Amino acid sequence: MFKEYTTVTEIAGPLLTIEQIEDAQYMEIVEIELGGGERRRGQVLMTSKDKALVQVFEGTEGIGIGSTKVKFLGRVMELPVSSDILGRVFSGSGVPIDDGPEIIPEARLNINGNPINPVARDYPTDFIQTGVSAIDGLNTLVRGQKLPIFSGSGLPHSRLAAQIARQAKVLGREEKFAVVFAALGITFEESNYFISELRNTGAIERSILFVNLADDPAVERIITPKLALTAAEYLAFDLDMQVLVVLTDMTNYCEALREISAARREVPGRRGYPGYLYTDLATMYERAGRIKGRAGSITQIPILTMPEDDKTHPIPDLTGYITEGQIIVSRELSRKGIYPPIDVLPSLSRLRDKGIGKDRTREDHPDVASQLFAAYARGREAAELATILGEASLTDEDQIFMRFSEAFEKRFVLQGEYENRDIEDTLTIGWNLLRMIPRGELKRIRDEYLDRYYEEEGKKVEAQVTHQEENE
Amino acid sequence: MNENNKGVLISVNGPVVVAAGLKGAKMYDLVKVGEEHLFGEIIELERDNTTIQVYEETAGIRPGEPVESTFEPLSVELGPGLIGQIFDGIQRPLEAVQDQAGDFITRGIEVPSLDREKKWDFEPKVEKGQEVSAGDVLGQVQESTTIAHKVMVPPNISGKVKSVEKGSFTIEETVAIIENEEGKEVPIAMLQRWPVRSPRPFKRKLAPSEPLVTGQRVIDTFFPITKGGVACIPGPFGSGKTVVQHQLAKWSDADIIVFVGCGERGNEMTDVLMEFPELIDPYTNEPLMKRTVLIANTSNMPVAAREASVYTGITIAEYYRDMGYKVALMADSTSRWAEALREISGRLEEMPGDEGFPAYLGTRIASFYERAGRVECLAQEDRQGSLSVIGAVSPPGGDLSEPVTQNTLRVVQVFWGLEDRLAYKRHFPAINWLISYSLYINNLEEYWEKSVAPDLSAYRTEALRLLQQESELEEIVRLVGMESLSFRERFVLEVARMIREDFLQQSAFHEMDTFSSQKKQYLILKAILIYHKEGEKGLEKGLSLRDLLSIPARERIGRAKYIQEEELESLEKIFDDIQEQISEKTRGEVESNV
Repeated sequence: MFKEYTTVTEIAGPLLTIEQIEDAQYMEIVEIELGGGERRRGQVLMTSKDKALVQVFEGTEGIGIGSTKVKFLGRVMELPVSSDILGRVFSGSGVPIDDGPEIIPEARLNINGNPINPVARDYPTDFIQTGVSAIDGLNTLVRGQKLPIFSGSGLPHSRLAAQIARQAKVLGREEKFAVVFAALGITFEESNYFISELRNTGAIERSILFVNLADDPAVERIITPKLALTAAEYLAFDLDMQVLVVLTDMTNYCEALREISAARREVPGRRGYPGYLYTDLATMYERAGRIKGRAGSITQIPILTMPEDDKTHPIPDLTGYITEGQIIVSRELSRKGIYPPIDVLPSLSRLRDKGIGKDRTREDHPDVASQLFAAYARGREAAELATILGEASLTDEDQIFMRFSEAFEKRFVLQGEYENRDIEDTLTIGWNLLRMIPRGELKRIRDEYLDRYYEEEGKKVEAQVTHQEENE
Repeated sequence: MNENNKGVLISVNGPVVVAAGLKGAKMYDLVKVGEEHLFGEIIELERDNTTIQVYEETAGIRPGEPVESTFEPLSVELGPGLIGQIFDGIQRPLEAVQDQAGDFITRGIEVPSLDREKKWDFEPKVEKGQEVSAGDVLGQVQESTTIAHKVMVPPNISGKVKSVEKGSFTIEETVAIIENEEGKEVPIAMLQRWPVRSPRPFKRKLAPSEPLVTGQRVIDTFFPITKGGVACIPGPFGSGKTVVQHQLAKWSDADIIVFVGCGERGNEMTDVLMEFPELIDPYTNEPLMKRTVLIANTSNMPVAAREASVYTGITIAEYYRDMGYKVALMADSTSRWAEALREISGRLEEMPGDEGFPAYLGTRIASFYERAGRVECLAQEDRQGSLSVIGAVSPPGGDLSEPVTQNTLRVVQVFWGLEDRLAYKRHFPAINWLISYSLYINNLEEYWEKSVAPDLSAYRTEALRLLQQESELEEIVRLVGMESLSFRERFVLEVARMIREDFLQQSAFHEMDTFSSQKKQYLILKAILIYHKEGEKGLEKGLSLRDLLSIPARERIGRAKYIQEEELESLEKIFDDIQEQISEKTRGEVESNV
């Protein structure tokens, strides 16, 4: 069996130093037994000849020098998996907390994973219909993408994420779908909201939850997303499922990382976050994707709250450099009563262009999206000018665009939390709005589509929509 | 290998490990770490202790495991078979890695960089008895349909050709024997090695004189880069750095493209991998992949290999430059490379400089970009090659005052400043025309005059002036409103808008718009500026702004970017139409006054 050591020589923050040991592995898992018999787990952060530095997931409270026993388990952190993990709830360190049976593992997977070989990747092109116009129409999500939601405290990002999880589907296919949810230091209420949403729609049986709440140990958060992603990889690439991973809130994860970095007295990068924050986040976000020849996929929706709504803060900033776009939730729109308060201008889906258009959504979709963006941007600019100088000072054209942008927010962006718009509806609403603008100004749409949708189908579609509106 | 050379690991701290007892170790030698033979490089020596950066994940490695030195610096393999390949940061071919390890990259995989089995048809270019020196072409093989791979005499070797053979050879077989001055016979194979951290030698550097034509209007006409030039492209996330880099890799008129994906997204590399074999190079009508070498060290791959990846890329690029090719290297993104330096430096507990970056950041960046240039190649014959380097920079928060951007700006000649404000408006490429610059304009004026149009330079200056004026006028509008502007000034705003929308904006995803020849760029710009000139005359004669905006030719200018390259003559007609339509309006105006 494994040797036990009682040679802890230093405790600082979440870190223990253990001396006079035999060579410990880098990243090896250790078991720590406190004086009273309580057991905790930790991980080796640095190892040298007869000394190791260990971070304790559950914190160092109550650990003393001399009374504590430490055991090195001879392996790195692993997650036991089997198809029974679906429908289960785990703690942030991977222990079942739902009174269900122990998992009898088919395999034990290293939670750090391995990078997907870029040669083996399949480019994500399958359009996921989320039923949310601001996403489907303009910032389209595709299968295998990592698209974070940048939000602020008090904004409805959880509701939006739950709506996406509820409604997301790939058109014209029936496939095995699963949700992996990792709660990282969020409140009980937030986490409970998400769980009950999954329960109400019956999706809970196809879900795995890893829950580290705000009052759970912060250091444990370091491994929670890795456990969730390991489970997701197992579902996607061994069981051929389409997996949606929701990680919330990544800001808490980064703060835990900073805490450990500070305890190790590392040279800090920006705002005290460690210099390797980018690499660390990348090793998680890059675990999204598809692999050639395998049916499953991992789509990631990490949620993070931007401290002070500041997009240039290191956490959203580094995230944005890794992920394939971002959905930005805006306080201003939320104040105007618009749900979902997605600010489409700074939002972006980098994989949109390969996921939409002919044979995927509709031929005119790319042009319409591009035109809606341009027109909305111009309208917003005009509106800003109008607040300074008064509406009368605007040119006729600018007034048109300003009215367009108001209508765009109220009719395109605004929708119900349980309203599931299909892509045709979304595009129809888009065309109805574009008809507010003279044809000559619609430079981003090809003539053939203008002929077809702006002119001819115009009246018919208009009638349908009025009909719909009456129904509502 | 000799037992004595083995050392023992004594500590592991992420990608940085320390070994003791590694005898004869030299700085930057390649070593194999642990039971699994992970690749690493020596970065610090202190008495008996050797500090090593490991190119692979170190989880599970423990002190006590063996360490062996190869006594060779980190080198790349050079020879036929590079083109069309995708390598990781230390030149392991990812396809072969996949064959060996599956869809995920595991540790300790050893595969040769170049195919050892494949035979190439070697065509000698020298005769027996001929005197040759370093850089001379011994012969060539057809590496891809467009690239003739020149097998050169390695640097530091010269003498008389003792034998040379035509035929089919693998890269390790001897194709020629050279008898050097001391009478020693040196066998030459197609496979050669070169340490990545040393620039390859050349005779002398030459001043740049020709543009690297990219087909991107804002670049070619406004802020051009030369063959052998250096450019940087900084911008916050979402501003389209990668798309611009991809566009340059696709449409530049270079013979060889080396694309280094350094710490970026996996899906982006996949995109290139799937798209390039399909896309057709407008210059050679062959798939783009036939002139491309890819280096992919994505953000989740080990950080030390990321540090090495830019050197691997540039050494391969220099090798093709030495053959006399025009090579362009794109590095996306150099910030990730700098961050890798910072991470390693932090683990070494070095004294940090700005924002935790090591004090030597500036020197490293400068010496990397200095490997670019137009050169006279090392050879007896007169042969010229060029290597252009385009580095993306990802400044945190889009703040250009950060150390990587600042150190880069000190060495590059072209600056394409991307702005998220433009990207939000979907103005792509989101290159801000007011802050960007190119210091190559003077070098290129002569070329433009000869090869494009004598008045291009004048139109360019005029367009930039109008855009500058636009930003001043907008400031006034913001303060006191549109009413305060004269018609003339309002017309400037309209024309500037046309320059922005009809000329600068270019869609990478539109089949016609994605590439614009220099001729087409010139014609569009000229049309807009003629419209401005004629319009101003019209205003003087009493035309209203509305009259000018309503002429049919104006909408045609807006659609000019979608005109096919073969139908450019129709654009030339637009100049007369503009004149005619405006003077027609003027006549109408005069008549109604009468």
